[in-house]
Amino acid sequence: MNEFLLIAGMAAATMATRIPVLMLLSRRQLPEGVFRALRYVPPAVLSAIIFPMVLRPGGEWHFGLDNAALIGSLVAAVVAWRSRNLLLTIVVGMATLWIWRLLFGV
Amino acid sequence: MQASSIPPSETKSRRAEFWAGVRATIPLLVGAAPFGLIYGALAVASRLSPLAAAAMSAFVFAGSAQFIAVGLVGAGAAVPIIILTTFVVNLRHMLYSATLAPHMGQLPRKVLLPLGFWLTDESFAVAAKRYNQPGGEERHWFLLGSELAMYLNWQLVTWIGILAGRAISDPAAWGLDFAMVVTFIGIMVPEVKTRPSLLAVLVAGGTALLAQDLPHQAGLLLAALLGILAGVLAERSLGDE
Repeated sequence: MNEFLLIAGMAAATMATRIPVLMLLSRRQLPEGVFRALRYVPPAVLSAIIFPMVLRPGGEWHFGLDNAALIGSLVAAVVAWRSRNLLLTIVVGMATLWIWRLLFGV
Repeated sequence: MQASSIPPSETKSRRAEFWAGVRATIPLLVGAAPFGLIYGALAVASRLSPLAAAAMSAFVFAGSAQFIAVGLVGAGAAVPIIILTTFVVNLRHMLYSATLAPHMGQLPRKVLLPLGFWLTDESFAVAAKRYNQPGGEERHWFLLGSELAMYLNWQLVTWIGILAGRAISDPAAWGLDFAMVVTFIGIMVPEVKTRPSLLAVLVAGGTALLAQDLPHQAGLLLAALLGILAGVLAERSLGDE
């Protein structure tokens, strides 16, 4: 494992997703239709990351009350929806996970 | 979190914008902290040297990609595979850039370079709200404040994680990886205000679950694209309400 190559390559790959688009599009306007489509990117990408983490950890399906991450996620979603307070969502979500694990040993 | 107290057409000073960006990002620092700790701990548990683990935080600065890369290093994956995976996992930044870029037409390229380098999910979420409010020629200082707060916090917590790596044998057992999940829920849920956006969440999440076994995180990309498509098509037929 060449660590220098690994990190240089990862840095280049990450910069390629962050910088060129910023430079190209800052000088011209995006079409309205494209801009509207972009609004669906964060919800789509973030849910594509978290759904498998919660429901298929390590590749195995995990539904039911013995999935503390599922319970914590549902509670966090309700708190986020009602309060729109990010810090509160994080604290209550993490607390729910730990309490659920403590109470039910899962 | 909300900087809605800024009246229209009022331009705040650079310093005020910078610190408003830092303040708006504080809750996100709390969410990123345990995730950075677990990254550092997992990195030294894999075959990565402590120096490389810290360098990755400094030069790549992409939490979910670093997390996945460490998993691949531990599994003995080849360097080109890890780099390709990093690119795919980070593709969403391209769309964040495209969203912010129209607000940055006046900025010189040498300013866009660092603003792009430091762009993350968290700073995008915070800055997009600020850019959607009226007023402020200096709003990019808000973004810079948010980005620097995230960057310094990330270096600090990953160093702590690297140092603690030998003490904590199994960080996932503490549920520290769950911090990323609740952070993303807290960012995402308040923005899901319409039926098309809810559909985008459900289609993307469902596809990601079913396509998880595809190689190179291709499932993630496929899920995101189908979710966006579902949102756009639903908006066309239902309207944006």
